[in-house]
Amino acid sequence: MIYREAGQFKTSYVTDAQIFPIAQDRIGIALMLLVAFVVIPRTATPYFFSAIMTPFLIYALATIGLNILTGYAGQLSLGTAAFMAVGAFASYNFMARIDGMPVLLAFILGGICAALVGIVFGLPSLRIRGFYLAASTLATQFFVVWCLTKVPWFTNNSASGVITAQQIEILGYRFDTPQSKYLLVLVIVTVMALMAKNLVRSTTGRAWMAIRDMDVAAEVIGFRIVHTKLTAFAISSFYCGVAGALYAYCYLGTVEPEAYNLDVSFRILFMVLIGGVGSILGSFLGAGFIVLIPIALSYLVHFTGLSNSVTSNLELMVFGALIIFFLIVEPHGLARLWQIGKEKLRLWPFPH
Amino acid sequence: MQFFFEVLITGLLSGVMYALVALGFVLIYKASGVFNFAQGAMVFFAALTTVALQEKFGISLWIAIPITMVVMIAFGFLTERIVLRPLVNQNEIVLFMATIGLTFFLEGFAQLVWGSGVRALDLGIPDEPIAAILDSAGMVVSKFDVTAAVICGVLVAALAVLFNKTKIGRALRAVADDHQAALTVGIPLQHVWGIVWAVAGFVALVAGLLWGSRSGVQFALTFVALKALPVLILGGFTSVPGAIVGGLIIGATEKLAEVYLGPYVGGGIEGWFPYVLALLFLVVRPEGLFGEKIIRRI
Repeated sequence: MIYREAGQFKTSYVTDAQIFPIAQDRIGIALMLLVAFVVIPRTATPYFFSAIMTPFLIYALATIGLNILTGYAGQLSLGTAAFMAVGAFASYNFMARIDGMPVLLAFILGGICAALVGIVFGLPSLRIRGFYLAASTLATQFFVVWCLTKVPWFTNNSASGVITAQQIEILGYRFDTPQSKYLLVLVIVTVMALMAKNLVRSTTGRAWMAIRDMDVAAEVIGFRIVHTKLTAFAISSFYCGVAGALYAYCYLGTVEPEAYNLDVSFRILFMVLIGGVGSILGSFLGAGFIVLIPIALSYLVHFTGLSNSVTSNLELMVFGALIIFFLIVEPHGLARLWQIGKEKLRLWPFPH
Repeated sequence: MQFFFEVLITGLLSGVMYALVALGFVLIYKASGVFNFAQGAMVFFAALTTVALQEKFGISLWIAIPITMVVMIAFGFLTERIVLRPLVNQNEIVLFMATIGLTFFLEGFAQLVWGSGVRALDLGIPDEPIAAILDSAGMVVSKFDVTAAVICGVLVAALAVLFNKTKIGRALRAVADDHQAALTVGIPLQHVWGIVWAVAGFVALVAGLLWGSRSGVQFALTFVALKALPVLILGGFTSVPGAIVGGLIIGATEKLAEVYLGPYVGGGIEGWFPYVLALLFLVVRPEGLFGEKIIRRI
């Protein structure tokens, strides 16, 4: 009864082309942003910011990045964490080596470095498809982490190979509390998510989807395969790079290259899959799910009073089982559940 | 020059060990199109079960191995029933992710039941140089490595016979060729998948025993899956001989690169060198050395 688009007529091209064509969706998004920007900062505890909200948003950003590549352009990648690492270490070096470097510019430059690396490692995708490509993106993962560990220049010759993120300061304001860091991450993620949402409805996004659905056919009708695949790699890596930089600056603080290992890549791939392949909303849902599950599990297991080694193994088991369960129940992810829910809401309360 | 050959032979022999793990991947991919990431966890699980059975119940190795084999076969059929059957006809990436979920589950399960310490596994094959070769050519060739290579050879021969000469093998090949056509002529698809997973479990057991006695039974065993992936993409996902040849190439070049190239770039290149090598091969042949030619139609 409430969720209905009947009566919302489009009378101009501008209204016809807006991102959220249904008024209720617009209100919903506005409410969510209000909660994220106003309610949460006023009410939440520092633990909530630093352990749940900040990592959730950062993972969501990386998930959007991978979703662009895997969900929209159809190129399976297992090297997401490597691009995050490039973004983080590039930002760190720009900050450390250039005096007076604005931190936001450093994030963007870090993202651009990640994009360049993404283009280089995206080149094989012009020849290789499917699992062959997925397995070969592991080359990115291992090579980048090895490089960052072995070449002291990247870590500014730090003896332990660990970097400590510099103080974030924008226009004289220092971001040093969990709350302020959360707000910074929130602003960046909101802007970039909106950009992504727009991007996938543009010519570029449509070209990606054409390539994903059948690349030979797309080529025949005139899409430039090389250009399209490489832009997908570049933009996806840019998102991952910025996410990686935020991961270092706003979440971890001190980072070693090993923080961006294969596990992180897999975790982000899970987020894409659980959330919904080819959906920006799904990226957020998936990230939320995968961030919350281990926390919820550790709470639950904590109550049983078992020893530490038992609980960590039990967590692994339950996590694995949950993944399988979710894939069996809803292989198209949480975004599909939301879509089904929307359809139901449209007909409610008179489904006939 | 002698040193070169020594490194080469060591590399080739360790390549055989990689091939052993890759073989498990190939079996499952060939028959069901599932890229089974859990193979590494299966290797770990099998090795750990064998060791822990000996430890907890005081039985000898030769009783523990058959018991583990039964466990692995049961595991194969259970996986087919619980994980794969509900996911039939899904996108292959979904199946792949399900096997990653399976990996987590298996790793947790193995350590929960048997504990997570590092155990030694003694197969009774000494890891010492073969005296005859050491005397005549002055090269160190480990007895253990040669035995492992022989076991691997026997296993491949047995699998070749199974695939080519038996009724089950014919059914497996039919399913691999075309699921639907196989179903229409009355081959029980799910039964066949169960068998494939059971065989892959058996291969994992052999790999687990050899790897376990070489480097100790520990969590790190699950990472041999990552060693096997470049072998797999180099040899082709669908080819049993490809896994062997790929393993030999990867093993040899990896060791040679580490010895001759490693010192110039700071060492530790074993982790990524095989992948880059496999990648270069793929650029020339996108389906791997022996994979089925990819034909794309609109």
